[in-house]
Amino acid sequence: MAQQFDTATLGMWVFLLTEIMFFGGMFGAYTVYRGMYPGAFASTSQFMNPMFGAMNTAVLIVSSLTMALGVRAARLGLQKALQIFLILTMIFGLAFLVIKGFEYHEHWVDMKVPLIGGHWDYKEAPQFARQAQLLFCFYFFMTGFHALHMVVGLGLMTTIFVMARKGTFSAAYFTPVEISGLYWHFVDIVWIFLFPLLYLIGRTKALI
Amino acid sequence: MSTALQDPQVAETPNYLNSEYGWKSWLFTKDHKRIAVLYIISITAMFFVGGVFAGLIRLELLTPQGDMVNSDTYNKFFTMHGIVMVFFFLIPSIPATLGNFFVPMMIGAKDLAFPRINLISWYIYIIGAIFALASIVLGGVDTGWTFYTPFSSTFSNTFVITAACGVFIAGFSSILTGLNFIVTVHKMRAPGMTWGRLPLFVWANYATSLIQVLGTPVVAITLALVGLERAFHIGIFDPAIGGDPILFQHMFWFYSHPAVYIMILPGMGVISELVTCFSRKGIFGYSFIAASSLGIAIIGFLVWGHHMFVTGMSMYASLYFSLMSFLVAVPSAIKIFNWTATMFRGSISFDTPMLYAFGFIGLFTIGGLTGLFLATLATDVHVTDTYFVVAHFHYVMVGGMVLAYMGGLHFWWPKISGRMYPEGWARFSALLVFAGFNLTFFPQFITGYLGQPRRYHAYAPEFQVLNVMSTAGASILGLGYLIPLIYFLWSMKYGPRASSNPWGAKGLEWETSSPPPTYNFEQTPIVTEEAYAYSHEKEAEVG
Amino acid sequence: MQLPLFPEAASSIASSIDYLYFYLTAVSAIMTLLIFVCVFTFAIKYRRRSPDEIPKPIHGSLKLEIAWSVIPFLIMLTFFWWGAQLFFASASVPPNAMDVYVVGKQWMWKIQYPEGQREINELHVPIGRPVKLTLASEDVIHSFFIPAFRVKHDVVPGRYDTMWFTATKPGRYHIFCAEYCGTEHSGMVGWVTVLNEVDYENWLSGGGSEGSMAQQGEKLFQQMGCSTCHLLDQQGRCPIMRGVYGSRVQLQNGGTVQADDAYIRESILNPNAKIVAGFKQDVMPTFQGQISEEGLLQLIVYIKSLAITGTPSAPQPGASGQPANAPRPPGKRAATPGVKQ
Repeated sequence: MAQQFDTATLGMWVFLLTEIMFFGGMFGAYTVYRGMYPGAFASTSQFMNPMFGAMNTAVLIVSSLTMALGVRAARLGLQKALQIFLILTMIFGLAFLVIKGFEYHEHWVDMKVPLIGGHWDYKEAPQFARQAQLLFCFYFFMTGFHALHMVVGLGLMTTIFVMARKGTFSAAYFTPVEISGLYWHFVDIVWIFLFPLLYLIGRTKALI
Repeated sequence: MSTALQDPQVAETPNYLNSEYGWKSWLFTKDHKRIAVLYIISITAMFFVGGVFAGLIRLELLTPQGDMVNSDTYNKFFTMHGIVMVFFFLIPSIPATLGNFFVPMMIGAKDLAFPRINLISWYIYIIGAIFALASIVLGGVDTGWTFYTPFSSTFSNTFVITAACGVFIAGFSSILTGLNFIVTVHKMRAPGMTWGRLPLFVWANYATSLIQVLGTPVVAITLALVGLERAFHIGIFDPAIGGDPILFQHMFWFYSHPAVYIMILPGMGVISELVTCFSRKGIFGYSFIAASSLGIAIIGFLVWGHHMFVTGMSMYASLYFSLMSFLVAVPSAIKIFNWTATMFRGSISFDTPMLYAFGFIGLFTIGGLTGLFLATLATDVHVTDTYFVVAHFHYVMVGGMVLAYMGGLHFWWPKISGRMYPEGWARFSALLVFAGFNLTFFPQFITGYLGQPRRYHAYAPEFQVLNVMSTAGASILGLGYLIPLIYFLWSMKYGPRASSNPWGAKGLEWETSSPPPTYNFEQTPIVTEEAYAYSHEKEAEVG
Repeated sequence: MQLPLFPEAASSIASSIDYLYFYLTAVSAIMTLLIFVCVFTFAIKYRRRSPDEIPKPIHGSLKLEIAWSVIPFLIMLTFFWWGAQLFFASASVPPNAMDVYVVGKQWMWKIQYPEGQREINELHVPIGRPVKLTLASEDVIHSFFIPAFRVKHDVVPGRYDTMWFTATKPGRYHIFCAEYCGTEHSGMVGWVTVLNEVDYENWLSGGGSEGSMAQQGEKLFQQMGCSTCHLLDQQGRCPIMRGVYGSRVQLQNGGTVQADDAYIRESILNPNAKIVAGFKQDVMPTFQGQISEEGLLQLIVYIKSLAITGTPSAPQPGASGQPANAPRPPGKRAATPGVKQ
């Protein structure tokens, strides 16, 4: 059992390494364009609503906490508590997606969706229209990919929850809870990087 | 010579091949050995698909006018040749087949750490391959296997998204294989199998896995960006809208240069096994070979810019990438010298696998040394994007990787199939491959320095003689690949049964029957000695 | 039947590249021979003589390992050093180089001379004079490659690349596109003709009915309406063009920028990218998509010509006392029309 636990955990860590490189590629490309077009970058930040971003950051941090508590409950064999924490984690995860949805809607209303024809203009700073389109595209790509990971995470949580209801886990066996927790924390951490990168850095630049 | 003996007793024992029958027992198997066989079948199919395209390319280049097919068709030929060979043959070739089969056996494990993920990775590979084949059937792709932007993202009118999807998907198969190997090597070693006792083939696969896990996601995201750009025309790589086409090259080569080490490292691992076995001697400088695999994996991530010396990259970046490229050559040189030294005062036999190992050492030496011409800034300017690069790449990939794969396949075929192949035919085709290969690719070094650019459908008439030589060589090479296909298939039914250890080799995989039982070993082996302990005598005095 | 084994060497750097190439080839051949001989002799000398023969083990030798890591690396450092030196030397364009402008387009090379001649897939250069090519692409990445000169440079859309050479041998040599660029990539080939000085002058005076590049640029300057705001000698709504080229321009955001080809190109296509100090954003519309690469080059040559004949005594703003593109020694090109005074 201990051997299997170790193996699965190591497997998840290696997988997360892959994920880091995956997001790393996007972060890298985004950073290059930010460096190339600082003005355009600063101008996009006025359309990023840090309220949404901050709320989502808070929601995710809390969900990480509930997830950690869930893993602890699993380790101690507290089945009821495990289920409650899993539900809470899922609620926060869903809340994140809902808030993100509102935010995307706001971009849609603002005509800041360059991916779909007719929903893009940049009247506010036309001189940066072209590059801003590029940066917005990266914004949607990165947050969209992150949201996709959240959806996968929610799927994992649902599976774990069903398994927990069936009484699969015990203090001796809770490997799936542990590795799903790792995944969940990773997705949270990606957001912790996305939030300042997309919402905050440009803002301070614009203020200065 | 080989001790391939009729041994009916061995054949009677239950093994992974006769434990279950029916297609379901194969398609839903979790046995790493059966999955390896599935991989062997699928990559062989892809190899011949890619090979047909190679043949068509060489046929077109018989004459300088470009008169066999039109230029669009030719461009699709070399693109499909590249995509199929690189992403669907070379990258999975040794890790997914020989690695899948033998890494667990060599460390004394029953299976890989995640058997189900192993099967999933094969399915993912098949889905990716279907996409790639679909792009061929639908009408082909003409971007070159490198998918350079903005041609691929904006200008090409072919099935780029389909092909890129195929590569993207196949990438995940590669990631999962790498993940599985890393965890397996860390967690599943038999008692006594310390890191210092790991066979070098395992070390090589371990280093390969690191690259697969760290590099593949970057190319996946890069190709995803190309697809996105094609679908929405946002301008990620289109300079007309503010994008940077060179950024694509950086991201692409960040993976695709290490990817050539994904292709060659496992081949080097095979050669370490072959040279020791057929010299009956422990490896010279075990720790240096093991460390050099890791060294290649790490430094390999720092050299990608040497593909871009003429793009107008900053001079200092060029200097850095040039220097690092020389540095990455050192570990490869170390391996060559150590293999040669291993043969010193050995007991060398000339069985087919060893012939392939000789071929590998020679051709890889040439491939590696000509790489230095490309790492040297001033000469690279002249020879980059010419046939010189084509020749260099094929010397490493075909002369290196494919020969190692063939050598490994011959070496372990008795273990995989439980049968011996006809030795005479095998030696004959090994010689054909060696001769045909050199005739095909050596003239390309000359056409390259003369200045014939690669990916040319029609070329200047003065290059014709050398091109005819290439084409002649290619037909010999093709024959050299077809003969093994035939005798391997033949041997599965008619070949003499193999004993459990026909070569007298060391290594845990030879301590179990041929073919191995489903769980590899009757009982978990306990390792008490280092790898390649062919002799228990004291060390000889070195001359 | 032709069987060339070595390319013609027809530029000033060709033979130095070849020497490096010979050195690399010699070292490689020696190394290959060394390995081959070792493998062969070991294979023969230590061939298995009886089936149960077991040789004595040799585990390794630290001294040998160090030797065959360090010595090859030191040899490789000589490659690196020599290659880098040549690369750096060939990167700096001689100040007296004559300009030729090359636009790559699927699937042809369009070549313009400052004197006004235009050619497709043909390049005429005089012997013994450095030639600087300014490379631009209208669509995808191409690569301008003259094997006989041992020079090659990618032509990347959206920017200018430069390369240079001095031809040393009269004759006709291949031009190839070396970066795969689509259907007729292999048809994107041409010839460079190296003429002696007299023939070249004759050839030059033969064409150019549309006037020099600067004249054509001036025409464009009027046609596109640039001249309504960019006045020649007095301050309009936009910066004055005379004397701009090669100077250091003060920007609104406090920085400065060297007014070179790339800067002028950017200012035409994306005017708001760098605003000159004292001027406003959004005054000038973008000309992206309205002007061809060749037209852009003509405008640049025109603006450059204003710098050459502009009041040279006028104090240059910024630190650079010597403009990057210093007035060239009087030659035929300086006397071209299009620079009316």
